[in-house]
Amino acid sequence: MNRACRMLAAIIAVTVAATAQAQETVFRAKGSGSGSLVIASVTDLVAIRPLLDGFRERFPDLEVTYRQMQSLELYRAAKDACGSGEPFADIVISSAIAEQVKLVNDGCAAQLTVALPSTHPQWAQWQNSLVGMTFEPAVIVYDREAFPAGDVPQNRFDLVDLLRQTERFEGKVGTYDIERSGVGYMFAFQDEYQASTWGRLLEGLGRNRVKLFPSSSDIIDRVADGRLAIGYNVLGSYAMARQEADPRIGIVFPGDYTIVLSRAAFIPENALNAVAANALIEFSVSPEGQKLLAGSARLFSPGAGPGLLSAYLSERGIAFNAEALRPIAFSPRLLASLDRVKLRIFLEQWNKSVNPDAQ
Amino acid sequence: MAISDGGRSLSGTVGHSAPQLRQQSVAFRLAVSLFVVLSLATGATIFAAYSYGRTAADEAFDEVLAGAAGMIMERVFVVDGETVADVPTSAFDLLSLGGRERVFYRIVLPGGQTLTGYDDLTLPPDREGQTGPFGYSTSLAGVPLRAMIVTKPLAERSVTGNVNVIVAHTRNSRNILAREITTRAVAVIAAAGLAIFVLAIFVLRYAMRPLERVEAAILTRRSSDLSPFAMDAPREVSALVGAINHFMGRLDRRVNSMQAFVADAAHQLRTPITALLAQTDLALNERDTERLKVLHRRIRSRAIGLNRLTNQLLSHALVTHRADSETLTELDLRRVAIEAEREFRLTTERETPAVMLDLEEEPVLVTGDAFSLKEAVKNLLNNAVSHGKPPLRLHAGHTGNGQPDIRVSDCGDGMSAEYEDTIGRRFQRDASKTESAGLGLAIVKEVADFHGASLYTQRQDGMFSIGIRFPKPDGKTA
Repeated sequence: MNRACRMLAAIIAVTVAATAQAQETVFRAKGSGSGSLVIASVTDLVAIRPLLDGFRERFPDLEVTYRQMQSLELYRAAKDACGSGEPFADIVISSAIAEQVKLVNDGCAAQLTVALPSTHPQWAQWQNSLVGMTFEPAVIVYDREAFPAGDVPQNRFDLVDLLRQTERFEGKVGTYDIERSGVGYMFAFQDEYQASTWGRLLEGLGRNRVKLFPSSSDIIDRVADGRLAIGYNVLGSYAMARQEADPRIGIVFPGDYTIVLSRAAFIPENALNAVAANALIEFSVSPEGQKLLAGSARLFSPGAGPGLLSAYLSERGIAFNAEALRPIAFSPRLLASLDRVKLRIFLEQWNKSVNPDAQ
Repeated sequence: MAISDGGRSLSGTVGHSAPQLRQQSVAFRLAVSLFVVLSLATGATIFAAYSYGRTAADEAFDEVLAGAAGMIMERVFVVDGETVADVPTSAFDLLSLGGRERVFYRIVLPGGQTLTGYDDLTLPPDREGQTGPFGYSTSLAGVPLRAMIVTKPLAERSVTGNVNVIVAHTRNSRNILAREITTRAVAVIAAAGLAIFVLAIFVLRYAMRPLERVEAAILTRRSSDLSPFAMDAPREVSALVGAINHFMGRLDRRVNSMQAFVADAAHQLRTPITALLAQTDLALNERDTERLKVLHRRIRSRAIGLNRLTNQLLSHALVTHRADSETLTELDLRRVAIEAEREFRLTTERETPAVMLDLEEEPVLVTGDAFSLKEAVKNLLNNAVSHGKPPLRLHAGHTGNGQPDIRVSDCGDGMSAEYEDTIGRRFQRDASKTESAGLGLAIVKEVADFHGASLYTQRQDGMFSIGIRFPKPDGKTA
């Protein structure tokens, strides 16, 4: 049990090496400063800044505090606040959606007082408390120079076949270290659930001595400089943002199925300014908010996301099959992924596969 | 509406005050009772529907809970001496009823420690060794939950005992379903109750219509018309109509006898008073003491006659009144005789001859009115004193064929045969007797008539008797 706990702790910390302390940024009110909104989030401020600026434009009297935390840290803080009744933040936004679902399931969230637009899909909301704000596909990134013949894998079957060429790809494939990354674990968990290719893929990754990284950026960095030929299950938002500046990076939206993750937001039961938090959620799902999210950060949104993403990709000549999108629905089934025994079993299988020599 | 209006005018004729009226309106009472009964029945049914709705919802969703628990239990196994559980994600879909509920679960090892899940999800109260799926209500952090426990015995080399899987979810869907079931049931029940009430009001109106007809018939009558009503009415109402007719008949008789009495009395009183006035006029102008005395005596005689006439008129009126109003009781004629003799003795002059009482050993029972009979006997005695010769005998007993009989005998010659034929006719009197009013035997006859008895005369052993002979008691009339 102890081991399981340690592992759980490990996987939730997205970037272990990065600063453990929360980074707090305060945006002074442009107007009279009659209220304040505290946002606790794991998202890089740079990525969410356009949405925040738009929101502050709309509500100039609000002072906005953006507290960026690691996902485990955020989960624990929210859970402690929920247990003690101490106010902690007015809104909690995290890509660790299983933990977000668990917090709502355990009664830590308040009901929304604003109505979500009918265009906001059902999968991106739960219990009238949890709301999906972004639309981020899990993609394969590749080094264009590593595929001179153009045999880029368009789906997992191609990838499994390619990985048989051990002499070509050994040590050149990277993916999330799911023991250290919640998002990586979530993607792997969905892969296992989605298709039978997962077993063969794991085998192929293991055979090629896959390299494991705690974040998408780490993988993209290495693909960009040729240290890796392929990066599997990378957050599409990061990949697209980077690709705009670096043409060496290629992106594949797997044609068999493309997992989509939506960062989830909820308002804690003991929020001090639930009204402002509701306003932020309402803004993020509004046409204006969705446009901002689809901007430079390429976070997109659950409502307009698929359409905007499709338009963006066809403009850039990237193949994309909208029918293959598999958003991870907010539902109690995500709780299964947090079950400590199940987690241990999953990680044991993972380790056995990706580290065949360790056995 | 029409019913209560009808009730008001009906009672309005009788002249009661309004609140009393309301209480006495049959329609109002029936409507109120019906309303109360229907409300109680509807309330009880609604309560039953609510608990049924809850039970039905619990039963329906408990199946789902048991299914989810079973799915999890299927994935509990022992590997290398260690119990592990690979909880299936689909169990959570099922448990959350497609995401509508918040879900909780816990897997408890034979030793009692939690393998995985929510440590603070409570076990059910003692199940007394039962191991089948068991649903129960509990709560977690103040949230009411419905929980289900399933048990599987493990018998491995390393692990022995029962492993328990508890699953629970919030009650939203159950409450919605229960509310839906209840709401529909309530709607149907309330509609049925209302429909029954409205129909009942119509039925009530229909049932009350004969009463309204009676009311209308009474109201449209002229006050002088006392003839019986002839109308078709249901059994219950025809009894009422019969009672009204009976009452009107009595009223009619009373009015008739009253009119006859007033006419007779006026006539009978006018003559002696005129005579009296004439004699007093004569007396005023008379100087001769001797003639004055004679006149004085005549005036006195007239006055006595007038007095008796007045008494008899009143007595007659009283007896007639009683005939219509008194209820008859069983009484002994011997007692009537004794009391009549005593009263007769107390009210008559001293020189009246004694009356010999001749009473049977056995009680002489008749059904009758003691007062009227006493008056009759007193009149017979007066009659005998006035017309007969002493000694007088008052006899109470039975005739040879067992008819109760009371009679007064004297030793006179009796009345003329011509007079006997008209015996008991009012103001029929012996013209030679100025003191007689001619009412005495009329009273006796009246009393005899309303007792169903007969007035008779008889000459036997030199005695003349007048008496009342009653019908033979049939044993059941008492």
